Amino acid sequence: MKVLGGIFMLILIAAVLSTAIAVVWTRHESRVLFVELTRLQNVRDDLNIEYGKLELEQATWAEPRRVDDESRQKLGMVNPKPQDIQLVRQ
Amino acid sequence: MKPRPRTTAQPTRRRTAAPSTRRRMTLVVAVLSLASLGLVARAFDLQVVRKEFYQNQGDARFLRELPIAVSRGTIFDRNGEPLAVSTPVVSIWANPSQVLESEDKLPALAKAIGMDEGALKQYLMQRSEREFVYLKRQMSPDAAQAVIDLAVPGVNSQREFRRFYPSGPVTAHVLGFTNIDDHGQEGLELAFDDWLAGKPGAKRVIRDRMGHVVEDVELVRAPQPGRDITLSIDRRIQFLAYNELKNTIEQSDADSGSMVIIDVRTGEVLAMANWPTYNPNALRGSNPSSRRNRAMTDVVEPGSTIKPFVLAAALSSGKYTPNGPLIDTGNGHFYYISHDIRDTHANGMLSPTGILAKSSNIGAAKVAITLDAGLMYDTYRGFGFGASTNSGFPGEAAGYLKPGKSWGMLEKAILAYGYGLNVTPLQLANGYATIADNGVMHLPTFVKGSDNEAKQIIDPKIANELVQMMVSVTQPGGTGAPYVWIANYGVAGKTGTAHKAVAGGYAKNNYSSAFAGIVPASDPRMAAVVVIDNPRKGSYYGALVSGPVFAKVMDGALRLMDVPPDNIGRWYVGGPLQGQNGLTGNKQPVVEPVDDAPVEEVTP
Repeated sequence: MKVLGGIFMLILIAAVLSTAIAVVWTRHESRVLFVELTRLQNVRDDLNIEYGKLELEQATWAEPRRVDDESRQKLGMVNPKPQDIQLVRQ
Repeated sequence: MKPRPRTTAQPTRRRTAAPSTRRRMTLVVAVLSLASLGLVARAFDLQVVRKEFYQNQGDARFLRELPIAVSRGTIFDRNGEPLAVSTPVVSIWANPSQVLESEDKLPALAKAIGMDEGALKQYLMQRSEREFVYLKRQMSPDAAQAVIDLAVPGVNSQREFRRFYPSGPVTAHVLGFTNIDDHGQEGLELAFDDWLAGKPGAKRVIRDRMGHVVEDVELVRAPQPGRDITLSIDRRIQFLAYNELKNTIEQSDADSGSMVIIDVRTGEVLAMANWPTYNPNALRGSNPSSRRNRAMTDVVEPGSTIKPFVLAAALSSGKYTPNGPLIDTGNGHFYYISHDIRDTHANGMLSPTGILAKSSNIGAAKVAITLDAGLMYDTYRGFGFGASTNSGFPGEAAGYLKPGKSWGMLEKAILAYGYGLNVTPLQLANGYATIADNGVMHLPTFVKGSDNEAKQIIDPKIANELVQMMVSVTQPGGTGAPYVWIANYGVAGKTGTAHKAVAGGYAKNNYSSAFAGIVPASDPRMAAVVVIDNPRKGSYYGALVSGPVFAKVMDGALRLMDVPPDNIGRWYVGGPLQGQNGLTGNKQPVVEPVDDAPVEEVTP
């Protein structure tokens, strides 16, 4: 009986020790992961910001007024006159 | 010398009086255990009983909850072009008393944020009891980094977002704008604020004495970025509308103007332009009146553009068909209940179609006189006049229409040519879109693909007849020809010139010139309304001022929306065929324009 009790006790002590270590380990792990998560989120934010900037830049370049001015003045393009338009039937 | 006998052999009195070793031990142990018990009790008190208090106090000294800024959703046009984009900026804030301690760094700091040193010092002094003041908001990230690199104690940065509108003044009224805290203030930014805004997150961090973040501890609330929205607006058509409207208003020296284009099959607003406008990227200094979305917040008297709706009532009454019975409009004067209803020309006998083509006030009034006031009122209401379109746009006006029961005889006649009620340009466009889509009204919407309720307002047959009747307006002899012609496309529409209502009556030399139209006439896809307010230079007729704007914009819009021509080789519906595959080497035919003058001296 006594031997059994002792073994049981030992098992319990071992379990307590291992869970204690596990708690410390997971704590540490969670910190490491959180730091990693924050870093990746920052990377994502930066990429989003970059994307937004590029989108804005693209939109500014493709602004209809600019396209209109550039094509008319720089490239000398004109709207075709109605009489110059031919309808092609398929 | 006899040594002194040692006394140790016999216990002294003192010794006998002292407690035994055992008792002494007991005492020491008791005292020590009392002391340690006290320590344990204290430890228990600190660690268990008052743990929370001390933990909180401790945390409060280095743990901080920091907001995580989220960007506002992007607004796209129907083709995915961004119309409003949030970009990150950095705001610099400071703890004034801390900053004032390091006086030697003030000049550099003042320079970096573009402030006068004295002014900065005074600004901080005045707020020295506070712990948080903004030094400069919304700096570009690079400039802000330069400030942070100065490492002035108590100066910190904070990420925020700023809204940019690449199309600037072109889309300003529809989109509206946001305030410095990124909340929508006007327009769709306000209407969809909840959708666009997102929810800022929060994280717990450890900070050192200087306020720098040492470590992120945990995420309290995950940030929820704003959601994007795709509008029904087409940026290219919007630009066309804006540009033509602006040019025409500047040429005719008009006060203001609006244009609305609606996709008749879905009720989607393709373009809504207003003049005057403002730059939403630089709000400061803009005039509040230029920020109004006139197409929705301002009302106009529709004038002759209301006539198709009177005829809608006339056709549904069963008393009239597009071609008969003929109505005698006489010599251009019709005295009705002591009131002179006038036309610009003596038009004689006119069919209901002719009333539209010639824009005869007398004809419209005479038709209305024979109609039941209830039917006419219900028809007007059915087309959405006198009630908000429920588009959800902030500040939308409902317009005004008197209940049919209270209409007098004369009022009914006057309402037939568009006085005595007022509508927003959007309502008018929506009414025309309803006629164009076989009498089915869709709720006007700014969101692409939103499934709006559709309601049959009038019989599809009557709607088709009305479109054909409106085609006559653009044919030779009609008030719209030749100003609203679009080569290769059939145009249906109605001109309108109205005296503007001013305090105490109608202004004699102050007109609003309108054109409402539907293209292509044989299979309508788009309806548009142009209203130009008080043109001073040149003509003030709706066809001459607003008509060309309509024609030029819709010509481009038809091309951009890939609408196939329905009237190949002709300038107007039923016109001479100029070529099998389109117009070839022909000039626009010359036709005599017909004046569409407003009635003079109207009593409302």
